Amino acid sequence: MKPSRLSLFGEWILERFPITKIWEEHMAHYYAPKNFNFWYFFGSLALLVLVNQIITGILLTMNYKPDAELAFDSVEYIMREVNWGWLIRYMHSTGASAFFIVVYLHMFRGIIYGSFKHPRELIWIFGMFIFVALMAEAFMGYLLPWGQMSYWGAQVIISLFSAIPVIGEDLSLWIRGDYVISDATLNRFFAFHVIAVPLVLVMLVFLHIVALHEVGSNNPDGVEIKKQKDAKGIPLDGIPFHPYYTVKDIVGVAAFLIFFSVVIFYMPELNGFFLEHANFIPADPMKTPEHIAPVWYFTPFYSILRAIPDKFAGVIGMGGAIVVLFFLPWLDRGRVKSVRYRGGIYKKALFLFVVSFLTLGYLGTQPPTPVASIIARICTAIYFGFFLLMPIYTRWEKLKPVPTRVTSQPSLDDRLQALKKVYEEVTFVAPLSKPVASPLVKCTFLRRRLNPAGVRSVAKRFVKTLKTSLD
Amino acid sequence: MRRIITLLLFCALSVNGYASEGVELQAASIDLSDKQSLQRGAKTFVTYCLGCHSLKYMRYKRLAQDFGLDEKKMLTQIAPQNASIYDKMFTAMNKHDAEKWFGIQPPDLSLIARSRGTDWLYSYLKGFYVDKSKALGVNNAVFPDVGMPNVFWQLQGQQQAVVNMVEGKQIVEGLVLDKPGTLSEKEFDDLVNDLVNFLAYVGEPMQLERVSLGKYVLLYLFMFLGIAYVLKKEYWKDVH
Repeated sequence: MKPSRLSLFGEWILERFPITKIWEEHMAHYYAPKNFNFWYFFGSLALLVLVNQIITGILLTMNYKPDAELAFDSVEYIMREVNWGWLIRYMHSTGASAFFIVVYLHMFRGIIYGSFKHPRELIWIFGMFIFVALMAEAFMGYLLPWGQMSYWGAQVIISLFSAIPVIGEDLSLWIRGDYVISDATLNRFFAFHVIAVPLVLVMLVFLHIVALHEVGSNNPDGVEIKKQKDAKGIPLDGIPFHPYYTVKDIVGVAAFLIFFSVVIFYMPELNGFFLEHANFIPADPMKTPEHIAPVWYFTPFYSILRAIPDKFAGVIGMGGAIVVLFFLPWLDRGRVKSVRYRGGIYKKALFLFVVSFLTLGYLGTQPPTPVASIIARICTAIYFGFFLLMPIYTRWEKLKPVPTRVTSQPSLDDRLQALKKVYEEVTFVAPLSKPVASPLVKCTFLRRRLNPAGVRSVAKRFVKTLKTSLD
Repeated sequence: MRRIITLLLFCALSVNGYASEGVELQAASIDLSDKQSLQRGAKTFVTYCLGCHSLKYMRYKRLAQDFGLDEKKMLTQIAPQNASIYDKMFTAMNKHDAEKWFGIQPPDLSLIARSRGTDWLYSYLKGFYVDKSKALGVNNAVFPDVGMPNVFWQLQGQQQAVVNMVEGKQIVEGLVLDKPGTLSEKEFDDLVNDLVNFLAYVGEPMQLERVSLGKYVLLYLFMFLGIAYVLKKEYWKDVH
């Protein structure tokens, strides 16, 4: 049989471009550990959100006007008169917050399972550069709607540069292109937001993935799967990324999109967290808002800035809070990757770190009070203590033995069964007080009441598990 | 360890405890599917507010569309005289006059419901009381020293403030109706509520469309999730 023109064309391409090779190296014959859990969804989700931001961003630029006179109106024009403009805009604004949610969770995954440790230090470094680029991208994007919070938020952050001795004033002037935030600032931020930083981001993501595929993925047990191979040279605990993790990630994508859509369609402002109320007022250089707060994803770092009394020291502290993350692979001297086999002291430090990070985040959204700034200082100390004391406390760790092969954990089905048991323990079905005709009232789900004894025993068990898991 | 957690929890609670100033806000009841209420609110806006405040992103045509109202009826019943159906809701007052009379141009109200919130608007509009020391003769319990007169004084009547001295500062604790207006208290509340309802609609005219679309998107996504999960299980059967 004569080959079809299409297959001839296909061969023509394949002789000249290694599509098959790339596909096999990175998908079909890329062996990933088979024990990825919930935490491993966020890498692919971050990629999904990046694509979402790029596509919706391109669509937004078609109607947005980077001009101080027109910017605010053009956003409202998109919201009201452009077909589906509101959907695109909400996808972009919610996507910005979603990006930080998935990236924070992705980074946390790296911390708990030691994905930053040898031989993956470079992946972590690239990842940190992505995080910094993402913060720059979000910060500059937030100026574009030209609302009060856009304007004053940018004013506050850029004025931080002026705290740097000697060059500070000139530096902040150079960044703004004017003595205040103005049309010049808006135009350059637009240029950075839509092309310069996205290019850097995409390139860094590429490097992040290439570096990952070179050394292979870590896993919740922190076991190097490449150490145990079968006769064909395939890791015993590895499975091909495609189809196993592509189908699994699709499940993650579906679940993520459900949360994403709930926000977009039912609460796009998310109570002022995703879209701040004051940003519905056009930027007014003559009127400072009572309370200037950055968007939630910057608040932990903003809190650190406010917690330190001296302005320049505050700027150093805020910058240092991010810089210190770059050094994590060398600060951590623990010889085990996964938190599952690490000592109690590390787990307790990590627990305190998470609590203080969340507390800092919350405090950053609130106006400063004396009590709040004391708490913020304590949390700042814990934040830096977690990293800077790491070389000391990780040496004392009493490690648990690490298995040579990955372990299996209860599946989602098992967990749902366990959850159902807990639900049945904490509730009981209230008996019907009088006969009712409606079948709805007869439904046992609606008649379930809280069972105090059950709640007590479940809470006791939970605390006990929490305590042992921290040892 | 336990002591630290208790301390942190205690501190977190005490941070929340800072007092809010001014009178407590009353809740507006917002129902954007109530087209009659939106129409009444639009009519009230055009009669009492449009003289000074614009809704510059809103076209009369969009109102007619969203209210399910005939364009002709829109022009005769709601829009000001000589307005075209394609016009945006601009105010007739120019900037120069406004600044001469009020010291500042009255703000555009297209997004006021989104920046201030509907409860704030409802309480604000009901919050005017007589204060002879002010140029306009009134002050506001929700927005002290506001530069806006009580445009509803004929309808609402006059309110007096119940003032309490706290630490040398006058705090408005409540408002009492002194001279009744042409509307009863209930009628006036309804009028303000309709107006706030209308402004909530103007803040985001596509809200109803957004919410009604949401359920189909979620329905689809739940189906997609189910199928994706079954597919994943099928593929993963041979992973042990």
